[in-house]
Amino acid sequence: MLYKLEFGDLLPYWDVLLQGLVFTIVLTVVSTVAGIAVGTAGASARTFGPAWLGRVVVVYVELIRNTPFIVQLFFIFFGLPAAGVTLSETTAAFIAMVINLGAYSTEIIRAGIQAIPKGHIEAGVSLAMSKWEVLRHIVLNQAFRKIYPALSSQIIIVMLGSSVVSQISAQDLTYAANFVASRNFRNFEVYLLAALAYLLLAMLTRSLLRGLGRIIFKAE
Amino acid sequence: MPLVSIRDVRKSFGALEVLKGVSLEVEKGDVVAIIGRSGSGKSTLLRCINGLEAYQSGAILADGIEVGGLHANLRELRRHVGMVFQQFNLFPHLTVAGNVMLAQTVVNKTPKKEAREIAAEVLAKVGLSEKMDAWPSQLSGGQQQRVAIARSLAMRPKVLLCDEITSALDPELVNEVLRVVEQLAKEGMTLILVTHEMRFARDVGTKLVFMHHGRVHEQGAPKEVFAAPKTPELQQFVGSVA
Repeated sequence: MLYKLEFGDLLPYWDVLLQGLVFTIVLTVVSTVAGIAVGTAGASARTFGPAWLGRVVVVYVELIRNTPFIVQLFFIFFGLPAAGVTLSETTAAFIAMVINLGAYSTEIIRAGIQAIPKGHIEAGVSLAMSKWEVLRHIVLNQAFRKIYPALSSQIIIVMLGSSVVSQISAQDLTYAANFVASRNFRNFEVYLLAALAYLLLAMLTRSLLRGLGRIIFKAE
Repeated sequence: MPLVSIRDVRKSFGALEVLKGVSLEVEKGDVVAIIGRSGSGKSTLLRCINGLEAYQSGAILADGIEVGGLHANLRELRRHVGMVFQQFNLFPHLTVAGNVMLAQTVVNKTPKKEAREIAAEVLAKVGLSEKMDAWPSQLSGGQQQRVAIARSLAMRPKVLLCDEITSALDPELVNEVLRVVEQLAKEGMTLILVTHEMRFARDVGTKLVFMHHGRVHEQGAPKEVFAAPKTPELQQFVGSVA
């Protein structure tokens, strides 16, 4: 038996799908910016901060990197209300994404920091720069150059992983696809379309990040 | 008052005592050459002077600032005590001018335009005016080290510490760096150098310090000390490097 493709059946739902796509993009952009900020702070604290703060960061990173994202998401959305913290599905999705990328990027950025020769730090300190000035102008600056490709990959992983937030009915692209499929039963068409959208989004993100990298890190 | 005064400094790495009571006075305009075998404590002593290494007892006063004090203002100290390293340590993400301007703009809050003028001036002094906008990776080792010297000079230090600054260079590049240092000495810059360049130590130095097993074993005017070393250890050392 042959299955007859009917993409036309998706047309009435174009606005739902588009809204889902926009949500996924916004979710990715916001959690990338905030997640990298968390990662930068975490990596800096582990390498340049006091020992106790470093230990706090280790616990955070290990906790997040060794548990599934969906469990983290469920804990924040379904678990926290028991502790008196009730969040909307959208807020919970954003928080979970930031916490997740924050932990992974902490490790990536830390690797970059550790790759900076100790002599550069001593040179900066000998020029009367404070620890934080050295971190900002000499260490992080170079570290980001080194880990930019790894960080770019992680951003794409997080973007694709964001489809999980549909499970708490945050209205992303996957949620929209689920919704459409439940209405017109065109599972094949709608998930194929969603897959293509994610694929395009991933490729677009990659080339955008590459271009951005060229602008930020001028030739040396 | 001496510019740098070191009194009975002791320093250990764990159980290993590397400085066993070192005393040394450096006057303004002195060019002090510290020589000795590897492991004799020369570099550690130098690193103690600008607070890169902490010491356990004794005292170091540099430009009137107590280096080892609990609340030592190391930042203020390092504005007056520059340091150049064996490995150059240029910042690869900045141009030559960027390297020389960074601490000026960040630490001294010098406006960019003025910082660039100072950069041009100190780079001219080390003979690298035409390399202002080059990247460190495009320079030879000797050129990189001269940029590192210029970078320190831009902070207008009162004393410059040089930690084996020609040891990582190809032999044919050593002289261009030594010539710059010699010129600085002629202009009256106070210099403390850990070096293996014995001829340079003898010809340019105003004071020679021979370190041995964590102590100042022998010191004096370079020409006299080299001509007639008193202790057998220095005799042997001079014999082995000559």
